[in-house]
Amino acid sequence: MSHRFIPITDADRAQMLKTIGVSSVDTLFDDVPKEAQYPDLNLPPALSEMDLLRTLRDMAAKNANAGEHAYFLGAGAYNHFVPATVPHLIFRSEFYTAYTPYQPEISQGTLQTIFEYQSMICDLTGMDAANASHYDAATAAAEAAVMAINSARTGRKIIVSPTLHPHYRETMRTYLQGQDIPIVGDEDTSLSLDQVLDKHLDNQTAGVLAANPDFLGNVRDFKPLADRIHAVGALSIISVYPISLGLYQPPGDYDADIVIGEGQSLGNALGFGGPYLGIFACKEKYLRRVAGRLVGETVDKQGRRGFVLTLQAREQHIRREKATSNICTNEALNALAACVYLATLGKQGLRDVAELCYQKAHYAASEIAKLGGYRVKTQEFFNEFVVECPRPVAEINRALYKQGIIGGYDLSHDYPHLKNGMLIAVTELNTRSQIDALVSALGALD
Amino acid sequence: MSITANKPEPLLYEQSNPGSIGYALPESDVPHTPLPAHLMRADLNLPEVAEVDVVRHFTRLSQKNYCVDLGIYPLGSCTMKYNPKMNEDAIQLTGMSQVHPMQPPETAQGVMQLMYELQEYLGEISGLPAVTLQPAAGAQGELVGILVIRAYHLKRGDTGRSEVLIPDSAHGTNPATSAMAGYRVVEVKSDARGNMDLDDLRSKVSDKTAAIMFTNPNTLGLFEEHVREVNKIVHDAGGLVYGDGANLNAIIGIARPGDLGFDVIHSNLHKTFSVPHGGGGPGSGPVMARPDLAEFLPTPIVSKKGDVYAFETPTNTIGRIKSFWGNFLALVRAYTYIRSYGKEHLREIAEISVLNANYLLALVRDVYDPQVPERTCKHEFVLNGTRFKKEYGVNTLDVAKRIIDYGFYPPTIYFPLIVPECLMIEPTETQSKASLDEFAAALLKIAEEARTDPQLLHNAPHNTPVTRLDDVKAAREPVLNYKPPQIPDQRKAA
Repeated sequence: MSHRFIPITDADRAQMLKTIGVSSVDTLFDDVPKEAQYPDLNLPPALSEMDLLRTLRDMAAKNANAGEHAYFLGAGAYNHFVPATVPHLIFRSEFYTAYTPYQPEISQGTLQTIFEYQSMICDLTGMDAANASHYDAATAAAEAAVMAINSARTGRKIIVSPTLHPHYRETMRTYLQGQDIPIVGDEDTSLSLDQVLDKHLDNQTAGVLAANPDFLGNVRDFKPLADRIHAVGALSIISVYPISLGLYQPPGDYDADIVIGEGQSLGNALGFGGPYLGIFACKEKYLRRVAGRLVGETVDKQGRRGFVLTLQAREQHIRREKATSNICTNEALNALAACVYLATLGKQGLRDVAELCYQKAHYAASEIAKLGGYRVKTQEFFNEFVVECPRPVAEINRALYKQGIIGGYDLSHDYPHLKNGMLIAVTELNTRSQIDALVSALGALD
Repeated sequence: MSITANKPEPLLYEQSNPGSIGYALPESDVPHTPLPAHLMRADLNLPEVAEVDVVRHFTRLSQKNYCVDLGIYPLGSCTMKYNPKMNEDAIQLTGMSQVHPMQPPETAQGVMQLMYELQEYLGEISGLPAVTLQPAAGAQGELVGILVIRAYHLKRGDTGRSEVLIPDSAHGTNPATSAMAGYRVVEVKSDARGNMDLDDLRSKVSDKTAAIMFTNPNTLGLFEEHVREVNKIVHDAGGLVYGDGANLNAIIGIARPGDLGFDVIHSNLHKTFSVPHGGGGPGSGPVMARPDLAEFLPTPIVSKKGDVYAFETPTNTIGRIKSFWGNFLALVRAYTYIRSYGKEHLREIAEISVLNANYLLALVRDVYDPQVPERTCKHEFVLNGTRFKKEYGVNTLDVAKRIIDYGFYPPTIYFPLIVPECLMIEPTETQSKASLDEFAAALLKIAEEARTDPQLLHNAPHNTPVTRLDDVKAAREPVLNYKPPQIPDQRKAA
């Protein structure tokens, strides 16, 4: 009896046991406490490939999805078009069934793509160095906070903007709970970042984490804030939406020290929230405090260019409890997707995608603003904005869903002052007719 | 590999041909809004290439990689098993891949059902029924586990526990995790049989012990023979037992960590549960715990009431550990894998992984030196290369590089840290007998070469896209991204 994933026959097994010199496979487990052996597991029986596919299809059919519905939902994950090059290339066996490039001589494919990914992230963000990626933007935020504390010559206080993604703020707190680090700034989520800095920024501050565009869609010239942050000796940490950087000034232009971001929008599936990738880039002077993998260029014995994992003395497998983080893996396949995506679009394509998002979002906002009962609250935005609705958002979303529309994010929980606030995202995948359908459905609900 | 594999592939930046495009986007179908000029960027330096250039570039690069689909990839502690193709079909279903994490739960009942059922399966397989699917990787699972243990002690008002015990054979993530959670790391020695040294453990456990973190089977590929005593010693001192589930593949269906006295464990879905390694991630590292620790798990957990699935926040949660709901598409693959094996076949994974490892060990043990020769290994084994170094002047790195010349990926080397010059070999259950015979033959041939022609090993690998690379240069003069060639400044020259 054997399973299709196990290429050992009964005859093989018998021969192998003979070579080992034992009578049965059970013998190989003699050191496992007898009374715990072979539990009767309450699991379903094995399914054939076709039955299993049927089961999975049935489950998949129960979910609204962007293949069938019009989506106006973002809040940190965005429905962008993924060119055919991305899945075809990343699902080549040589990429997706390889592991960490421990042996660089036969892993140059992975290493060079990570080097190219790091290069593209530097260009996109205007930073000097980028790592091979973190798990997602939330964990990148936590690692950035730690790096700020270890780098700044000030205190240990971290200030978070109330308009940094709520999940990033929560994750950072989870990560840092065992260490004595004050995290302040989002006690009252109705305050602006300027007000928060008035209240908290001082010479005990190690870093300030903010987003641009922020969670509510606002884009701003961040330079005056960065200057304030630097004036007390703290680090300016900016979370970005990478597609927006096709158009907008990169954080390097406004003197950010560390840039993090959710890389999902660069060619990665929505996938109910993961796996995504955390963008992480910084100024050169902080390089040796970066957490996570870095790929660097070098030469082989013949002087040929090659790539290796480098500056590993920061990492857990060398430094153990003194490492910059416990992170071991990166999100290599997602970073590869981002790399192929950016390669396919190139400098003009990314700009064009960003501009389509901008145009369609501004059209949607201007049409919604004409409706009685709705008010667009965000003034300067890229592709996401807050609308104050005449009724609770959950109620509106239920009505929209009946018309094949997934509405925006309900802000009432994270931002109580925006009780009927809906965060609407528009991408290049939203057609004018989808936008018009949204507007008319909203209009019918006022 | 192919005829193009050894040809240098320029960076995509170096292939940029201004004016080339690789995309086709629609024209805007809405009225134009002017862009805010004061916020716009001046330039964006990304390569400009045609679609076919993109495809050829990444295809050529892919050919410079070895992978599981080409053959044995015996990295110890990494469980590089075959990744079933149907897992990849499962994640491509639009009702999985195109579901938004923030859409209302009533529109995502199918994906939540999958998560709920996977929680149940992992709880059953581990014997630890309180499950979170949130962690994005094994290391993150460790952090969750240690923070859960911390929250447990604090809730009991037990505030003096400041230490985590960790055997000297542990993965580096264990001490790094403990430090991140604010604990001091206390190392426990291993004994000559590859078990934890119980006397050393007894001397280090105290009322300061928050937990012990250990891997079983351990990184020597050996089952901890005193597992129950270790767990009792720590429990008696008021500490909890954290299991690093990296090596669960060796005992899945054979014994449940919960039944052996572990309180919390993570499992790497990219090891035991066949999620592909993706060139270094993404992984997924769910955590399973005792029922009374459920209140501390990260938010959210999927619950089921009647036929309705919902997200719930445990009452004393340690908080959120990442955005959204875990690495969902990895969960789909693990779910698919468990249902492919089912109740009746699951234990064959462990049985054959252990059979294969012992068979391979039997084929090479007369020529190489097993670290603990008197014991049966589990899913992997560790060879000590000290004698090769002493007698032939050949170190383990040389052996590993020579393995590449025979067309295989080398095993893990120089880990665990307690074994000098070690090779750690994990064949997994998805290797045929013929492929093990072939790999063993190569190892034996290399041992012969080490004796007769050590230079051959020092110079290996011989036929790869690049030979051994200069790590020191990479670290001393870091070049981490493409920098355009310097164009001489004409004005200055003039």
